Amino acid sequence: MAEVRLEKVTRRFGSVVAVDNVDLQIRDKEFMVFLGPSGCGKTTTLRSIAGLEKIDAGRIFLADQDVTDLPPGQRGIGMVFQSYALFPHMTIADNIGFGLRIKKVPASEKAGRVRKVAELLYLDNLLDRYPGQLSGGQRQRVAVARALVIEPAVLLMDEPLSNLDALLRMQMRAELKKLHHAINATTIYVTHDQVEALSLGDRIAVMRDGKIVQCDVPMEIYDKPANVFVGSFIGNPPMNFVHGEVTSQEGRLMIKGQGFTVTPDPKWSKALADRKRVILGVRPENFRVHFQEPAGETNGAQAAVEVVELLGNLKLLTIDLAGSVLKVSVEPDTAVTAGENVWLTWNEDKLCIYDSDNEWAITPERPEVVSA
Amino acid sequence: MRWKKALFYAAAAVFAVWTVMPIVLIAMAALTPRQELYSWPRQFIPENFSLESFRFFANSHGVLAATFRSIAVALATVLIALLVGAPAGYALARFRFRGKEAFRIGILMTRMFPTSLLAIPLAVIYLKTNIYDTIGGLALMHAALAMPFVVLVTSSLFLKVPYDLEEAAMTLGCSRIGAFVRVSLPLALPSLVAAGIYTFVLSWNEVFASAVLTVHNRTLPAHIISTLNVSPLNFKFAGGFFMIIPALIFIFLVRRYLLSMWGVAINK
Amino acid sequence: MSLLRRIPLPILLLSPTLIFLTLFFVIPLVQVSGLAFQSPDSVFTLSNFDRMVSDIYFDGALRNTIILLILIIPVQLVLAFAAALIVNQRRRGSTFFLYIYAIPLGISDLAAGLIWLSIFTERGYLNSILHNLGILERPLIFLSSMTPKWMVAAIVLTEVWRATPLVMVILLSGLQMIAKDYTEAAETFGCTWWQKVRYVILPLLKPSIQSALIMRTMLAFQMFGPILVLAGRQLPVFASESYYWYTTVRNPRVAAAYALMLMALSVVATFLYLLLLRTKDEQVGVM
Repeated sequence: MAEVRLEKVTRRFGSVVAVDNVDLQIRDKEFMVFLGPSGCGKTTTLRSIAGLEKIDAGRIFLADQDVTDLPPGQRGIGMVFQSYALFPHMTIADNIGFGLRIKKVPASEKAGRVRKVAELLYLDNLLDRYPGQLSGGQRQRVAVARALVIEPAVLLMDEPLSNLDALLRMQMRAELKKLHHAINATTIYVTHDQVEALSLGDRIAVMRDGKIVQCDVPMEIYDKPANVFVGSFIGNPPMNFVHGEVTSQEGRLMIKGQGFTVTPDPKWSKALADRKRVILGVRPENFRVHFQEPAGETNGAQAAVEVVELLGNLKLLTIDLAGSVLKVSVEPDTAVTAGENVWLTWNEDKLCIYDSDNEWAITPERPEVVSA
Repeated sequence: MRWKKALFYAAAAVFAVWTVMPIVLIAMAALTPRQELYSWPRQFIPENFSLESFRFFANSHGVLAATFRSIAVALATVLIALLVGAPAGYALARFRFRGKEAFRIGILMTRMFPTSLLAIPLAVIYLKTNIYDTIGGLALMHAALAMPFVVLVTSSLFLKVPYDLEEAAMTLGCSRIGAFVRVSLPLALPSLVAAGIYTFVLSWNEVFASAVLTVHNRTLPAHIISTLNVSPLNFKFAGGFFMIIPALIFIFLVRRYLLSMWGVAINK
Repeated sequence: MSLLRRIPLPILLLSPTLIFLTLFFVIPLVQVSGLAFQSPDSVFTLSNFDRMVSDIYFDGALRNTIILLILIIPVQLVLAFAAALIVNQRRRGSTFFLYIYAIPLGISDLAAGLIWLSIFTERGYLNSILHNLGILERPLIFLSSMTPKWMVAAIVLTEVWRATPLVMVILLSGLQMIAKDYTEAAETFGCTWWQKVRYVILPLLKPSIQSALIMRTMLAFQMFGPILVLAGRQLPVFASESYYWYTTVRNPRVAAAYALMLMALSVVATFLYLLLLRTKDEQVGVM
């Protein structure tokens, strides 16, 4: 059982608070991703778990053991570094076997374990080479093998794919996912790439300014970003945000903005009752584009298409809705040209509404303002 | 393009001749018999070469002992300077800490101290503490002169070994010291040796402090300079060439590290 | 051991150097001031400085120290920059030339003085060449108080020969830090070679030029071996006077006064360079 628990962990660098009072519980064998822009504290959090950073406050538990004061080597972790950190003066076999050598594992057993891991990662015919003779992808696999061979209870990965080119990154992503199922280690993975996070994570912890903004399964993070920051950080292109005002017409709640009106589902009534200004969040694929005024829809908004970009599997439209610029994605075979006037409707099931002051989500289930 | 190439090699060659020629000349002078050195008209290239001057130099009173003393002082200097200075260089390369910039500036400031400013009061102190005219005393002085160089160079060469590597070793079970010994040290060793060699040459070449801090137990440069007024030309030339030989060997050994040592150390 | 563990690691690692530098830089500085400003019975006095200034060699030492500096430094800077540019061409053989040019780096000023003595001495190479070319019948005497200009020339040549490589290496490592993009950008505007050097390379090299100048000036103030070998006391400078007062006159107090003078000159020169060649923070490269 290798559960990871952070209790009020804080790490400061001078006056900068890199990790700010973070509480987090990671389940056994879970694949947890720390996601956020650079400087958000995700790597520092990971390094604190590894023991490479001394934390200023809080406790860290690995498998129910308080490891806060233990050196990295005694925590039962394995770590893959962003730069891979392969020892240039050792062969691949020596690199992979390094941890076993330090732990004084008998030579015969060591050789066997190195071979096994090397086979798992397709490195078995590279064992006599030096890191300098390997390609980027191969080095990456050696770094993983070196961390795995000591059979860590928790595997820590710090942006392990960021030095690879796009194609290789995609292949390695799938391999890492496969690997996670093959080994039985709790995995913590740091990345700034939202695609990696969504594809790999059992759960994702989105971080900003040293705090965890939202920690949830990928679908929830994507569909219901906890605040404007998460919505704009995840998704490519990011979520669209438009300002609106809550009004009541004939007893029905409505949100009116520049050039549009939305009638939210009645489930919102309670949450929106006392509010005035809000922000609406809509993902590009949650718009529908009509070329005639949609019949029966009360909420169609007229807008002008400014740019049309064909991206292969979809067409991305830049649309001017009474001064707000929206990104809207449509099927690639949709016949639409720049300059055209269209009507937009939204998928109101997927509508997200945010407080316009603190930018945190207002939800029917969570009427109170969520704060950090 | 061809004339550009020609110009490049011409300029490069002129500069090379300018650098090498004086060394060739002193070598020839050292191999010229005494009689020819003092004769007129004197041939540019001596009529016959001989080791006579060298033999005379080596057999002169005090030269052999001074040579061994120079070597001993230089070795002790390297040892002291690296033992004291390398940890500081490592700390500068690896840690963020308050006062780091102040320390670095302090190190750079020591360059403003002329050797005479250190050697003269030290001579007075040494006389009181009975380490005047000893190998150890002079080695301490030379180590002090080499200290800024050693600290800055070791810091720059440890900076070239990514800290990631040590951290990786620590996650794999090494202690902090273990990670240093197994990873950083082997990787930095060649450049550490180069820095040590250069420190050796600094000490071997140093004249002022050696002349002030020794009386009977002269090092080679101190011996030569204190006998300058009474020694004949062939002694001077043979001595000059003899002093250059280790320098030539050492520069050859550390040639790959010239830029990394001087460049980084001085360009801060 | 437990006490050692309490001390932060950086401090633990720095302390040997700090102690050492205190012992061998701070204490001598205090001590040398004590020597220079006190009479033998520890009373404050300026008499040591009086004696230094009124000494017959003082004016000459001041003049020579400055003249040598003015003659050596610019020549050295230009030559070193040229050599650095040659090596930085990265043509075939560049590295070889670097190794050749660097040779004098390992040669002491004493040995350099002896080398050039073999050239300038009465029966030396220079006279021999002039004789073989038929210019001279009898050897000229270059190194005597009758020919101070020749003495200065010999010393300047010695120093230029010996210490140019040091400046070259500093400038070269500075040159190698200048990204190729800058010079290539200049080329796209049709810059000539000289314009490239003048408008791109030299300004970017300023920090290296600054440290080279500081380093060199400090060493030029201390130059000592070549003076003793080529001129003796016929061409006094501060460093050699300090040496004579200590060894020959056996007066460490006046020697200390000279040492303090040198230190003061070094400090002034350093701050002048720092001031004159300041690089504004916002001009530091962004690449």
